[in-house]
This record gives sequence, C-alpha cells and structure tokens, in this order.
Amino acid sequence: MNEALGNITAIAKRELVSYFSSPVAYVFLVIFLLMNGFFTFMAGGFFERGDASLIAFFIWHPWLYLFLVPAAGMRLWSEERRLGTMELLLTMPIAPWQAIAGKFVASWLFLGLALLLTFPVWITVNYLGSPDNGVIICGYFGSFLMAGAYLAITCMTSAMTRNQVIAFIVSVVICLFLILSGWPPVTQLLESLDMPTIRDLAASFSVMTHFDGFQKGVVAFRSLVYFGTVIGFCLFTTGVILRTHRAG
Amino acid sequence: MIKVENLTRTFGPKVAVNNVSFSVGRGEILGFLGPNGAGKSTTMRMITGFIPPTGGRISVGDHDIIEEPIAAKRLVGYLPENAPSYTDMTVWQFLNFAAELRGFRGAARADAVKRVVDTCFLNNVVHQSVDTLSKGYRHRLCFAQSIIHDPQVLIMDEPTDGLDPNQKHEVRNLIRRMGEKKAIIFSTHILEEVEAVCTRAIIIDRGTIVASGTPADLKARSENAGVLSIRVSGLASDQIRQKLEDLAPVKRAALAGGEGSSLVHVRVYPKSREQNGELRSAVADLVARERWRVEEMHAEEGRLDEVFRSITMPDTRVGVR
Ligand SMILES: Nc1ncnc2c1ncn2[C@@H]1O[C@H](COP(=O)(O)OP(=O)(O)OP(=O)(O)O)[C@@H](O)[C@H]1O
Ligand SMILES: [Mg+2]
Repeated sequence: MNEALGNITAIAKRELVSYFSSPVAYVFLVIFLLMNGFFTFMAGGFFERGDASLIAFFIWHPWLYLFLVPAAGMRLWSEERRLGTMELLLTMPIAPWQAIAGKFVASWLFLGLALLLTFPVWITVNYLGSPDNGVIICGYFGSFLMAGAYLAITCMTSAMTRNQVIAFIVSVVICLFLILSGWPPVTQLLESLDMPTIRDLAASFSVMTHFDGFQKGVVAFRSLVYFGTVIGFCLFTTGVILRTHRAG
Repeated sequence: MIKVENLTRTFGPKVAVNNVSFSVGRGEILGFLGPNGAGKSTTMRMITGFIPPTGGRISVGDHDIIEEPIAAKRLVGYLPENAPSYTDMTVWQFLNFAAELRGFRGAARADAVKRVVDTCFLNNVVHQSVDTLSKGYRHRLCFAQSIIHDPQVLIMDEPTDGLDPNQKHEVRNLIRRMGEKKAIIFSTHILEEVEAVCTRAIIIDRGTIVASGTPADLKARSENAGVLSIRVSGLASDQIRQKLEDLAPVKRAALAGGEGSSLVHVRVYPKSREQNGELRSAVADLVARERWRVEEMHAEEGRLDEVFRSITMPDTRVGVR
C-alpha cells in the first residue's frame, strides 16, 4: 500500500513538474482568474445583486469549467501517447491504475490551486458585507468536485487519442451534455412536452442539479455519490481504454 | 532468465510475430536482427509487458509477464525504440522520476541517478531540458533510465541508433561488460555490432525466426565462408587457375583481380563447406611443390551481411560472383 502511494506520488509530482515547467500553467491560471472576475463582476452582476453571497461567482462555474478543465487535462494521456513515453511508463513496475490516479490527482490539485487563487472574491464579499462563510466553503467544495468530474471525463477522452485537440473537443461535448441535461431551459422544455420522468432522469445525470445544492450550502449525500461515481467510472474507463489500445 | 514460448501477436489480420520461441540466460547477449517490419520491436514490447501477446507465454526470471507483471517488470530495464522521454523535464528530473518508480528513495535515489549520469556521460547536460537535447543525448538519457536499477534483464531496441562513433563504441563496451552478469536482448541493424557484442544472434523475418546461432555459426553459412583468397606474383593467371582447379577439393578458382599484371589474385572455392581443411592443405602443398611466390593467402570468414541478405531475401543471389 505504501508502495502504491509512493508510485502515485511520484507520478503526480512528475505531472505537476511538467505543468509548471512551461508557461502554459501560468497562462491557464491567469485566464481562469480573469474569466472568473469578468463573469462574477460584469456578467453576473455581483454588485447589483446587493446580497452578501458568492452566487454570482459560483453560478458560472459549470460553464467556465466546460472549456477550462478540458484544456487543463487534455494532454494527460494523449501527450504520453504522442511522445511514446507511455511505453516507458507502463513497463515500469507499477500498476496502470496507479499511473491513472497519479495523473488525475496532479491535475485536480492544479485545478484546486486555480480555485484557491480566486480568494480575492471571497475577501471582497466579506469586506462588503457579512456572508455565510459556511455556504461559501460548501460552494468551493462543490465546485472542486465538479472540476474533478469534468477532469475525469477529460482523462478518459485523452486516453483515446494521441491528438490533444480531439481529446479537448470530445470532452467539451460530453461535459456539455452533463450541463444541458439539467439546464433550466432544457428541463422546462421537457416539462412542457409533458415528460416528467425523462426530465427527472436527465436532470439527475446533470452536474447542474448536483452543483446547485452546494451553492446553497447543502451537501447532499446523493450529490457526493454522483460526483464520486462520475470520477470513478471515468477513471475506470480510462484504464479499460488504455488496456484495449495496447491489446490492439 | 527470459523464456519465450510460441509467442504470437497479430494486429487485425496481420501477423506481426508468429510462433517465436527462444530463451536467454544470465551471461548471454542475444542480438535481434531482421529487416524493417520483421517484428523485432513487437517481440520486445511483449517481453517487457507493454503489449499483451495474442498467444504463447513469456516469463522473466520465473515470473509470467501476464500473471505477475509487476514482479517481472521489476527485473527488466527497457530502452524502447526511438528512446522516448518526457520533453518538459530536465535530465535530472527525468532520471529522478525513473529512479522513484524503480523504488529508490532519498539517498539511494541520488546515488542511482549519479551513477547513471556518470556511466552514460550525461554530466554536462544534467540541468538541461530534455527538449533541447540532441538526438544522441536523448538516446543516452533513455539508456540511462533503463539501467538505473542495475536490472538483471536488459531489453534494448536499437540502443546505438543515433549515437556518434565514440558513443557507439562506449555503449557496445558497456553492453558487453554488463552482459557478463545479466541477460540482454538487443536489436540492431548494424551487423558489425552483432559480431562485436553478441554471444548469440537471431534473425527474424516476417514474424518468424529464420536463423539462430552464434555470430560465427551464422557467418559460416555465408557462401564465401571458407573461400581461400590467394595472391601470387610472377605467373600468368590462366596457369595459376588451371593448377588450382586440378586439385581435388577445389570446385572453382576465380580471378579476382590483377589480370595481366604480375600480381594475380585468385579466389578458390571448396567443393563443399566440409572440405575447407582439405582445401587449405591441398593449396599449401601445391604452392610448395610449384614454388609459387605467394604474397598473401587467407581463408575468408564469410560475412554476416551476406548471410542476412541471403536469408531474408532468398530470391536474390548473393555471395558468388
Ligand atoms: N500498433 C500496431 N498496429 C498495427 N500494426 C502494427 C502495430 N505495431 C506494429 N505493427 C506491425 O507489425 C509489424 C512488425 O513491426 P515491428 O515494429 O515489430 O517491426 P521491427 O522489426 O521492429 O521493424 P524496424 O526494423 O523497422 O524497427 C509491422 O508490419 C508493423 O506494421
Ligand atoms: Mg523496431
């Protein structure tokens, strides 16, 4: 077990080194923060709302992550395939799941760092009023989980191809489905078509539905299970894809 | 150490490796030869556990590569074809990463990295980023990675590809030295390398083993093996050839140069390979009897490249001119 942990750490560390050895990581962080700022303060009407909460901040996250998370994760496996380093990695004395977990953890930590760097928003809202910080922490937690779910999807698509662009596009499409199936205009449409069962089913698959609770400060058990399942399933599928690819 | 039995691998309808069996023990260096697309890399990928075989068994040091992949991989060092490495790391970071995955921690890791940096002459690029390295240095880096844990089994796919002549020489010496205690398989397109390094060689063509033996065995299969090359001065070429062809073990004596000059070069072919010894003594007797002035005489060894060509391109006639 100790050994597994050591291997995962080694792989995660390597992944982080390669994130920060190029300007891409810094560019990503800057864009992430700028976009967050723009949506929260300009498009989200943070000041006009006049209430002391971060609703205007979190509400954009499902959409922001739609592009930013696949951009951060698309290289995870496709780059390994392109460079041929997968042959090195998978002939090392490690189990493939350790490599998958290590890479995932590294990227997730990176996204977590990006999220933490939005703390000025939190300071601002605390400076202007007295928000319920429990709700805000809950929102951050939910946002982090959602990023993990998107990332696991990206991991899976990036294992499918050596081309990062394809990995990016396919993940955006899949994530978009997970958003739209619970997006109010779509649920309303299904409602008006008199299909409540389908609407509920679709909505239960959506990140929107599950992230919603977190924004309001509610950690629902089923939402934790949902995000856990998405992450677990996608990482498992990543393993299957890698194995199938090698088996030819 | 390495045991391969009836190994087969298909890619769709294409059979890349077909029923290949061999084994390599400690202290052996096996050379893998074969034309492009013969299945050398595919075989190595299966032995190292990168791709699973379609059929057959592989065991490395008593561990089946499918059933106990991790135990087997622990014994193996692998230099893949084209020497891949993470381009966004420095040499030092990359080697540390490899050492960590091989289970080295702390001081042991630093020692292991230092050792291979010295062995592979990477000292002046340790802090350089891999993507700025020249091809030869990348190759050395990946080679360094493969020996970082001093493995008992070493699998190398074209280890000297892209190296300068000095480095080629160094790597060959290194392989030879390591081969005393390890089981080594390496593939190459450089036939002199096989002669210089291997204890045994396998020629593989379209997925099957077509020849196997020591380099000397293989060379003896050449049509030129055992041919006697002789230079005589002061006589007419026809006279020399005539006398030689009258000898019992001689099949044919061909003029190889010096026609019309005073130094005639003749190559004498034995009737069969078994008659090499007789041929030599018969010619020596003749020379003594006739008091020829022989400037040079030697038995040709046969050439690996001729054997390679005649085996892998059976339609082309080579060897006899
Ligand atoms: N992933 C793959 N998918 C389909 N075919 C493959 C794959 N890998 C190898 N092959 C085929 O298997 C055959 C053997 O390839 P391999 O790479 O083992 O040859 P090789 O002996 O190493 O050749 P070279 O000397 O050029 O390196 C080739 O015909 C190749 O096209
Ligand atoms: Mg090859």
